[in-house]
Amino acid sequence: MTAMTAAEPLVEAEGLQTYYGRSHVLHGVSLTIRRGETVCLLGRNGMGKTTTIKSVLGFVPPRDGRVRIKGADLTGAPANRIVRQGIGYVPEGRGMFPNLTVRESLLMASRAGTDGRRDWTLERVLHTFPRLAERIDNLAGTLSGGEQQMVAIGRALMTNPDLMILDEATEGLAPLIRRDIWRVIRAIKETGIATLVVDKNVKVLLDLCDRSLIMVKGVLVHDSPSAELRARPDILQQHIGL
Amino acid sequence: MDLSIFLIQTMNGVQYGLLLFLIASGLTLIFGIMHIINLAHGALYMIGAYLAWWLTSQVGNLFLAIVLALPVTVAIGIVIERFLIQTLYKRDHLDQVLLTFGLILVFDSLQSMTWGNDVHSVPMPEILSGSIALTDTLQYPVYRLFVSVVCALIALSMYLVIQRTRLGMIIRAGASNREMVQGLGLNIRNIYTLVFAAGTALTAFAGMIAAPISSVYPGMGSQILIICFVVVVIGGVGSIKGAFLGALLVGLTATWGQILVPEFSGVVVYALMAAVLLWKPRGLFA
Repeated sequence: MTAMTAAEPLVEAEGLQTYYGRSHVLHGVSLTIRRGETVCLLGRNGMGKTTTIKSVLGFVPPRDGRVRIKGADLTGAPANRIVRQGIGYVPEGRGMFPNLTVRESLLMASRAGTDGRRDWTLERVLHTFPRLAERIDNLAGTLSGGEQQMVAIGRALMTNPDLMILDEATEGLAPLIRRDIWRVIRAIKETGIATLVVDKNVKVLLDLCDRSLIMVKGVLVHDSPSAELRARPDILQQHIGL
Repeated sequence: MDLSIFLIQTMNGVQYGLLLFLIASGLTLIFGIMHIINLAHGALYMIGAYLAWWLTSQVGNLFLAIVLALPVTVAIGIVIERFLIQTLYKRDHLDQVLLTFGLILVFDSLQSMTWGNDVHSVPMPEILSGSIALTDTLQYPVYRLFVSVVCALIALSMYLVIQRTRLGMIIRAGASNREMVQGLGLNIRNIYTLVFAAGTALTAFAGMIAAPISSVYPGMGSQILIICFVVVVIGGVGSIKGAFLGALLVGLTATWGQILVPEFSGVVVYALMAAVLLWKPRGLFA
């Protein structure tokens, strides 16, 4: 049984059709994320990347299609149930609780992983982000953008996830801080946690990720190992404008 | 003025204020965290008082009556939140006011049909019915001291739960970013239900414990609701700290008003509210 579940993909989305009111945003999106895999989702603004994440997580349930997490069909389940299957979510805009301190923001999220492990503790998060140790009793609302991003990532790690989903984690950050965030994302990858990244830094992503997806107007138009996409500047030019 | 009268009135004011805090804290929590204006909050205070009176008359002891009534009020809170309030989270304040005002009418009718419209008094528990001597001539009822101590202890534990526990952190997080709490795998619906049920139990408990002092009568809920809104507005809507300070201010002002300016005792708390709002338009701790 354990061996079987281990072989199941972490996330399997199949033919997602998602609407915001009457506007049809996702047109049959299917994607799979396996254990330990680092995947990036590329595309211009407004193509449906964030909606894809929100559909998979249950924030914006798809009108049609299926979402399976570790083999269990959770289509239409509330977001907290889906996330609880071992997903660490770092949303676009960081999702801060401005009225909580850094310590509280991290502790409130803390729980054992789905297999009971507690690799990520407050100490380890603070070791990973020494800057947060200095701001530990400051309110999250008073932190800089980079520090808030560290809180958002640290908070997701405190849930001891099998999969991290990072939506625009480096958006609006200074280059130096951005490099720091990428360093941590790499370090997370090394620990064997799977990652789905949405970001504008295509070069970094193609280098970091095992597999790359490209999304255009609510449709996944490309899915290949990143090395293959690196060798196809024409595809990048056509769909992302690089 | 005699020092002992000053002392007794101050103690009465503090006792009244602490009791108001129990009621107002639920009102401000439910608004601050769930953004719900709960006009039925006072009706639940009344239900608590009637339950205490009726059960005391059945079992003969206020404490036993409270132990029996508290789970009932928690259940009432859960049912109201799950079946009614939960339909309101995505709606505006007008819809909330309409529904919770409707609940007042329902609870008032239930009270009238079940228990009639007479005024009742609830006997104090035997062991707390005495007085302690403050001076040679003046005495203070033990029961009022007991109410003050119990309310203060509840206020303290509430503070500790909200500020120091993980549950408290999650509740505060839910006040600022509901979706993100869910995005961390936490069931925000259950947390809202918990907060609402706790608020209901607190206000009902206040009604129970105040019953021997204030007697039990129809319309007592609306009266206390208005005073509690004054408390919440003075303290700053949504702030527990503000509710605490506001409740003490209102309690002392109302009590002293009756002594110092008896002809204006009906308006002193509103004058206090107006003064605070002129100074801080959003309340003390908004």
